[in-house]
Amino acid sequence: MQFGIFSVGDVAPDPVTGRTQSEAERISNLVRIAQRADEVGLDVFAIGEHHNPPFIPSSPPTLLGHIAALTKNIVLSTSVTLMTTNDPVKIAEDYAMLQHLAKGRLDLMVGRGNTAPVYPWFGKKIRDGVGLALENYNLLHQLWRNDVVDWEGQYRTPLQGFTATPRPLDDVPPFVWHGSIRTPEIAEQAAYYGNGYFANNVLAPNFHFKPLVDFYRQRFEHYGHGRADQAIVGLGGQAFIAKRSQDAVSTFRPYFENYALFRGMKLEDYMRDTPLSVGSPQEIIDKTLTFQEGFGDYQRQLFAMDGLGLPVEVALEQVELLGTEVVPVLRKELASRRAPGVPDAPTHASLVTAKYGDAEPRQPRPNPNRGDNLSGASPYQDTDADVQAHFPAVV
Amino acid sequence: MSTTPLDLVVVSAGVSEQSSTRLLTDRIAQKTIDALRDAGVPATASVLDLGPLAVDIARAVVSGFPGEDLKRAITRLGAADGVIAATPVYKAGISGLFKSFADVLDNDLLVAKPVILAATGGSARHAMVPDEQLRPLFAFLRAMPVPTSVYATPEDWGSPDLGKRIARASTELALLLRSGVGREIADTAWDGYQHQFSGNATRAERSAADVDFTTDLMRLAAGGGR
Repeated sequence: MQFGIFSVGDVAPDPVTGRTQSEAERISNLVRIAQRADEVGLDVFAIGEHHNPPFIPSSPPTLLGHIAALTKNIVLSTSVTLMTTNDPVKIAEDYAMLQHLAKGRLDLMVGRGNTAPVYPWFGKKIRDGVGLALENYNLLHQLWRNDVVDWEGQYRTPLQGFTATPRPLDDVPPFVWHGSIRTPEIAEQAAYYGNGYFANNVLAPNFHFKPLVDFYRQRFEHYGHGRADQAIVGLGGQAFIAKRSQDAVSTFRPYFENYALFRGMKLEDYMRDTPLSVGSPQEIIDKTLTFQEGFGDYQRQLFAMDGLGLPVEVALEQVELLGTEVVPVLRKELASRRAPGVPDAPTHASLVTAKYGDAEPRQPRPNPNRGDNLSGASPYQDTDADVQAHFPAVV
Repeated sequence: MSTTPLDLVVVSAGVSEQSSTRLLTDRIAQKTIDALRDAGVPATASVLDLGPLAVDIARAVVSGFPGEDLKRAITRLGAADGVIAATPVYKAGISGLFKSFADVLDNDLLVAKPVILAATGGSARHAMVPDEQLRPLFAFLRAMPVPTSVYATPEDWGSPDLGKRIARASTELALLLRSGVGREIADTAWDGYQHQFSGNATRAERSAADVDFTTDLMRLAAGGGR
């Protein structure tokens, strides 16, 4: 079981002091938060792509590349990478590069995001959102698995004889999660490929996402990847922790009640009716255990805990409390509950072992430049000679 | 006909203690039940008063999801065979409470549902509110309003004409319900409307068994081109 934090990198005025972090501060604070998550033994740090103020993560690969250099063990991920408005070719290139730099400590969560104007800003139509996400992922999947790709779809210019570089680390693509909160087609795609499925499990009633999670589990089994209870499920959550329950509620209240998304809500109602956990470590533990009771054994639990205008010192303390007081107990308890045969979330190491066993992983070495800046139809020295690509004439 | 009584749900946005909106819907509901009973069709009616749900409705507008009480009310409405929807007229329009309630319903909750549209107001000046404001709203929801809407002012309670309009609308609703056409439209044409997985509509897809895997998007999800 993996535990970690996910952030959308929002900037909000601190309702207690009235102070708003600058973009420069928020960016370096996010790096500190990721470092602290690594130090306290959390497994995952994920950042959600946004393209407008008051959010800072417009370029997750850049941010995560920097964090990769400053951390040791934590897996870096996204929550989510926009599969709709990004060119899947660029996603393949950026995240394969990041995977190399992070020495395999990378996976990816792809999804549609929640900001309507992003579509027109990037020249796409929001009505094509689901189709774009599905088709673009189909292409990404091929780009990371086939040295040479010929491809034609509805939304992107066709590709002939294209090789996405670098090839994934050890020729093993990053594991992919599909994030979705309402779209069975996205859950179906996750199931078809045997990829992970992630429900953000925030801003909605308790167990609101159970029908989609169950749908994904059934379809995972349908496609022969394993039993339904072996499907790779991730859940989000939102938490605020203090040693004493009443301190958690009183400290968190102004941040909750002044945040645009929660205005008009009563904190106590929201704590009761949604997955939000506010309280002592034991209360966070108890509530998180109900997720397992409701959704079944799952592989990844991420908490949102650095937003809403919280000062960085508080956010760092949250990460620390999560890593030291909550997660160790959850690890033990959830391990003891876990049904036999339920797998962990795939990591680079586990995927390398699954692909190669004890053998050495493939290390693609490019063929030389032919003289036209291309390396020919067989781009790598060990490329299967049977793979034929059609190159357009170079004029 | 089935022996299970038809289930009429009255949605009333009247809020005063002696609500004339509620007075009107009681009359309409009773007339409809009478018309059905005369045809040998048992029916019952229950009232969904929006007043006590006002805070829940406002919260749902802001949060994007209904609380438990409101969700129960929405489920009840979605399961109704026929609906009597009534609002007071405030400031020349339907009550904000009624509109906010409509705003938090799933788009497909009332597909092909037979509905009587009704409103009450202080004077005859606003007699077109049911047809000019409620009817487009229920058209958007793909519900099936009966031809006659009912509007009542205080003076109307001394007029036999109000009773005639109530009787006409009730007859229309009773005939639509007896024909079963609304249910048949929803049963046969359901896939043609836009839906939300695991929504509140009675026929909403809730599991893999309900989902159509032959659509273009589902084929794309399973690796295929279109």
